[in-house]
Amino acid sequence: MSEIALEFDGVWKKFKKGEIHDSLRDLIPALTRGAFSNNHTGKLEDREFWALQEVSFQVRKGEAFGIVGANGAGKSTALKLLSRILRANRGRITARGRLSGLIEVGAGFHQDLTGRENVYLNGCILGMKRREIGLKFDEIVNFAGIGDFIDTPVKRYSSGMYARLGFAVAAHVDPEILLVDEVLSVGDMRFQEKCFERMRRVVGQGTTVIFVSHNLQAVQMLCSRAVLLRSGRVAMIGPTAEVVKEYVCDPAESSVQKFPTRIGDVSLCDGGGRAKANFRPGEKAELRFVVRPSAPLDECLLGLIVRRATDGLAVCDYNLPLSVAGPFTEVEAGCVPLSVGLHMNLLRGAYVVSLHVFNRATSRHIAYADRVANFFVEETLSWEGMTHLQPNLRNGHA
Amino acid sequence: MGALDFHMTANRGPTVPESLREIFQYRDLLYMLTWRDIKVRYKQSAMGFLWAILMPLLIVGAGVLVRMAFSMGSKQHLSMAEFSGIALKSLPWAFFVSAVKFGTNSMVSNPNLVTKIYFPREVFPLAAVLASLFDASIASVVTLVFLVFCGVGISIQLLWTPAILVLIVLFTAALAMFLSCANLFFRDVKYLVDVFLTFGIFFTPVFYDARMLGKWEPFLLLNPLSSLLEALNRTVVLHQAPLFSWLSYAACCTVLSLIGAWTVFNRAEAHFAEII
Repeated sequence: MSEIALEFDGVWKKFKKGEIHDSLRDLIPALTRGAFSNNHTGKLEDREFWALQEVSFQVRKGEAFGIVGANGAGKSTALKLLSRILRANRGRITARGRLSGLIEVGAGFHQDLTGRENVYLNGCILGMKRREIGLKFDEIVNFAGIGDFIDTPVKRYSSGMYARLGFAVAAHVDPEILLVDEVLSVGDMRFQEKCFERMRRVVGQGTTVIFVSHNLQAVQMLCSRAVLLRSGRVAMIGPTAEVVKEYVCDPAESSVQKFPTRIGDVSLCDGGGRAKANFRPGEKAELRFVVRPSAPLDECLLGLIVRRATDGLAVCDYNLPLSVAGPFTEVEAGCVPLSVGLHMNLLRGAYVVSLHVFNRATSRHIAYADRVANFFVEETLSWEGMTHLQPNLRNGHA
Repeated sequence: MGALDFHMTANRGPTVPESLREIFQYRDLLYMLTWRDIKVRYKQSAMGFLWAILMPLLIVGAGVLVRMAFSMGSKQHLSMAEFSGIALKSLPWAFFVSAVKFGTNSMVSNPNLVTKIYFPREVFPLAAVLASLFDASIASVVTLVFLVFCGVGISIQLLWTPAILVLIVLFTAALAMFLSCANLFFRDVKYLVDVFLTFGIFFTPVFYDARMLGKWEPFLLLNPLSSLLEALNRTVVLHQAPLFSWLSYAACCTVLSLIGAWTVFNRAEAHFAEII
């Protein structure tokens, strides 16, 4: 068992809703209640709410650890507590080693200063020494791809250059613990790849990395373990794949239908009709569901969307004419069972299925069922990717 | 645990020695922020370094004018010593005004840094004070030439000067720290500070000497800055030893206000990112 680099021990953090006093009129009550008393450990006061409750986890040295969860689950709060920008109301946070964050790139830039001056300024803000920056300066400028613009004030930079320079500085801090919050979305595609590569290298070099992102694909590729936060509480800690699975299947995540036609009883089965959630590439599956139509189905299209859960990428978005499955006569009965046969030509990952019904006569959606089913594909054939092309390696040419 | 490790328990802020050590760790940042404040002030400015001299010059000009008007009334000529006194005391006053003003705004003008990145927040007001100190040291060259020109000689009492100057800087730093923190919580602090700094010059012996007030002199000297300015005037211009009791009073005030400001700052620091 290696050494613990970072530990959250029963951490609670609360925030206040609404306007906070900010005029001198409120000085006396605020001072007595606020900064000068230790009263903020206790219970919730008026308009307060817990952003984090009893959050505990440990991160080992050299481990890449992900924090996932929906918006407002407390991911960024946890990160800010870690970086000591915020202080917890209860509990203990321990960190061993130089800690630095890739939280807001270019936050410390001053518009009127040149790129060169800002590299030094921002480097110091992130905890580097001037000598250290001097040594890494060329490397930073190269990484950012700024070139001759380095002696131009950053206010004249394009937003991409600005962000790239900011990321470049932050990526060269070389801390022992690195906090990353949603910064891989900076710059163009090639720069993003470069950033991701850099992150992988940092992880490979034995730096402890805490990674917060909505891009579950990136989390899955970088982190070995992760924690799932659900409204400020730890819902699950474990291997990233399992945590992502749990997060993707979160029932609270699927949206409520507000359409005249209803889609219900959605289930995924194998070829034999048994419910199934884990598939091998190329396996046969059947998606079963029941439609309670509000219009003649023969005039409608069935929309079938499969998305990769980790990054929302659409694997497919079919519009299938329902007339193919017709004729539908029992509209009055109000209950039409339907099924779609599928070949799971997909690679490892978590996928979610959405269904909708589009009325061609009125050009309107009459049913929309978002994220009604999910499934996983498991395999050991590929390193990454999505489509299963059924590669067939042979000796000689066929 | 190494110097970079931390262990944080709810609600416990760092103590003054702890934060001093931390600031020492972040000394390069303090340097860079000071440098930034100076650089930004002189960048794209037509006046350049004249700017540093302008403010003390205006204060001296105003002081001389007021005193001339008084002396015309009382038919007494303004002596060279009084003249140099005004010139001398204007400089630390200009420093005080600029440092407190910049210091008060130092944190609210950097909300990005306060909410996004961790480092000891003290560097904001301290960098503002240091940047003003840089301006003051440029202006001090002019003041020195001026004092020599006025025929202010040297004496053994000059040895007091460094200590007095250090006390002025420390007292200013304490105020800047407290006010930067107060302004973060209550935005009207900035306006109050502006008003106080505008009229403060009448309550501080810059244009006049404290003893001109006769028996009310002690009330004036209760303001540590007044005692320090008086001490400066006595040692540099009048070649007299400073009033020891008042100087030690000012020193005590400085130390106490520094500790007080720092403690308040550390206690309040936990809320900066939430309130700003």
